[in-house]
Amino acid sequence: MSVPQPPPPLPGHGGTGAPVLQVRDLVKHFPVMSRGVVRRRVGDVHAVCGASFDLHENETLGLVGESGSGKTTIARTLLNLESATSGQVRYQGRELTELSRRQMRPLRRELQIVFQDPYASLDPRISVHEIVAEPLRIHGRYGPGAGDEVRELLRLVGLNPEHGNRFAHEFSGGQRQRIGIARALALRPKVIVLDEPVSALDVSIQAGVLNLLMDLQSELGLSFLFVAHDLSVMRHVAQRVAVMYLGRLVEIAPARTLFARPAHPYTQALVSAIPLPDPRKERARRRVTVQGDVPSPIRPPSGCRFRTRCPKFADELTESERVSCVEQVPELIDRGGGNPVACHYAESVELL
Amino acid sequence: MTTSQGVQAGSGSGAVLEVEDLTVEFPTEDGVVRAVRGVGYRLERGESLGIVGESGSGKSVTALAVMGLLPATARVRGSVRFEGTELLGLSDARLSDLRGSGIAMIFQDPMTSLNPVYTVGYQIAETLLRHNPGLGGRAARERSVDLLGTVGIPSPQRRVDSYPHELSGGMRQRVVIAIAMANDPDVIIADEPTTALDVTVQAQILDALETARSETGAALVLITHDLGVVAGHTDRVAVMYAGRIVETGSVEDIFYTPRMPYTLGLLGSLPRMDRDEERLTPITGSPPSLLHLPPGCPFAPRCPMRQDVCDHDEPPLRTTAHDGHLSACHFAERLVDTGAGEIFDAVGADAEALARFADTESEDSV
Repeated sequence: MSVPQPPPPLPGHGGTGAPVLQVRDLVKHFPVMSRGVVRRRVGDVHAVCGASFDLHENETLGLVGESGSGKTTIARTLLNLESATSGQVRYQGRELTELSRRQMRPLRRELQIVFQDPYASLDPRISVHEIVAEPLRIHGRYGPGAGDEVRELLRLVGLNPEHGNRFAHEFSGGQRQRIGIARALALRPKVIVLDEPVSALDVSIQAGVLNLLMDLQSELGLSFLFVAHDLSVMRHVAQRVAVMYLGRLVEIAPARTLFARPAHPYTQALVSAIPLPDPRKERARRRVTVQGDVPSPIRPPSGCRFRTRCPKFADELTESERVSCVEQVPELIDRGGGNPVACHYAESVELL
Repeated sequence: MTTSQGVQAGSGSGAVLEVEDLTVEFPTEDGVVRAVRGVGYRLERGESLGIVGESGSGKSVTALAVMGLLPATARVRGSVRFEGTELLGLSDARLSDLRGSGIAMIFQDPMTSLNPVYTVGYQIAETLLRHNPGLGGRAARERSVDLLGTVGIPSPQRRVDSYPHELSGGMRQRVVIAIAMANDPDVIIADEPTTALDVTVQAQILDALETARSETGAALVLITHDLGVVAGHTDRVAVMYAGRIVETGSVEDIFYTPRMPYTLGLLGSLPRMDRDEERLTPITGSPPSLLHLPPGCPFAPRCPMRQDVCDHDEPPLRTTAHDGHLSACHFAERLVDTGAGEIFDAVGADAEALARFADTESEDSV
């Protein structure tokens, strides 16, 4: 087998340290079938269209977007839980998209996931001890002393290790999410994909889980891909943030920069839309608002996918300037603002 | 002690809605669930009150009790007066005359609050005709189109004949807002109106809600768990915990000088976009079960300031140093000039376990 070429670098994407996971031109389409007896493929849901990014060691990369933006699909495709339509996912020199389920299995020790819904992602019929021990058993690591290891994991995530014989339903939402985190940690992974890990939790509970995740990341040197729709959470946990809209990455920047001066009109709209829990600031803010809803990913708009809702396209651009928005897909490149933006007319704006 | 002093906003006589010492209990097989325990507030004409609290704090049940929408098994006591008329104990027929025209309600999930088998135009017209039977079908339709336009639905002439499933979540919620404002109500109660929506759509819906308020001059009760939404859209705030209002005041009071540890904890656990906070300060534990509520302050088990008195005396809602700012805490004064970080621990992973785990990790890789 030939040694695969290292993927091309991504200029301007930032991040320090060696890349752990390299994603290039990742595409995932889901078929849309016709109704009736003979079901034919009548179209595709363009869930992810050519996403490229690196996840570095000891880094939290945030992936934000609204529902239907493809962020969860990216998370699942990275781990080969969905097979990619095309594109590359490189982990430690190996091309994950080409691996069979069996070849993938040893790598699953190093690549773990925490799911959004702490109610649906834990088996209700086995004890919490067994839930956390399950990955160890599957990978043949449940030897003598493994019981202690599981108790230690429960302690690590802030649960009482004596509660190991209880069942998932006996725990609150925040505690269940901690169980999910303990299970993901059991095999000592290097990369953890967190798919909306706190969005089902009340704020007072959410804060504890976020603190836990940040401690784990910094002390254990893990790499997190943190998928969420809440920008305030992103700002808090992530070093870099990538913004998705309708299957494409539209902007990627260090968290601080992204919030201080977002350059893509969609990022600006997102930052504007998040209410600040500060009455005076909230009422005095400058806002970029968008019209309408996200278009269908079955027939996404040509050129720039955001143009149908873009305030810049609607109000500022001249007829001739709009042509490139309609005809050309804007590439995710640095346009002078210091970070890559997929907008022909990107312009940094201060909104906070 | 569960007496409520209520949320007083000045002593003007212009109150449209007065809720006093409202209690709601649900008898269940396991015992009585005391969902609301003495809630009181007073809403002036045109004013907006935010009610915040986490899941299970009783904020929605309070709203349903005001609207008379609780199941017959619920035991509701206290007083709810709309423009001086007592609503508790009124027949359903009498309440129906009031719902929509006097008090309108917007629910969280627009898919379940709209009827899937009727067009949205029909549903708006239905509301209009219920309170104005003489309006006539054609006029009702025209008014429906107007209302759809007001709440920001593009091409309302076409959309008026759409069924709810043909509209997106945001559009449906606009329809619900259109229905709520159709009869020019004096009070709109919005129960988590944007929780099911994406943030950019949430911003649009909140704008539509503001439009509805300015068009009708209605007072607003905005129930939400999102402190940010409250900060931008309400004049006063009531914070609920375990079926009671535990703190209330103007938005500035609540956000800048909280006098109840729970409020302080909530604010400290919020990650914010506009600043770099080192650590968040979560509130440990979870809210108490309303089935077997222990005596004393319901927040005491989670409160880092707990003293012995907190375990047996439930503090009443008392005025703080600032007029109109009330707090239900024995030690409210101690919170003067105190940040969440000084009271709450920024707990994360168990530090010792984490160190051990990190050690074994490095051994493994050797």
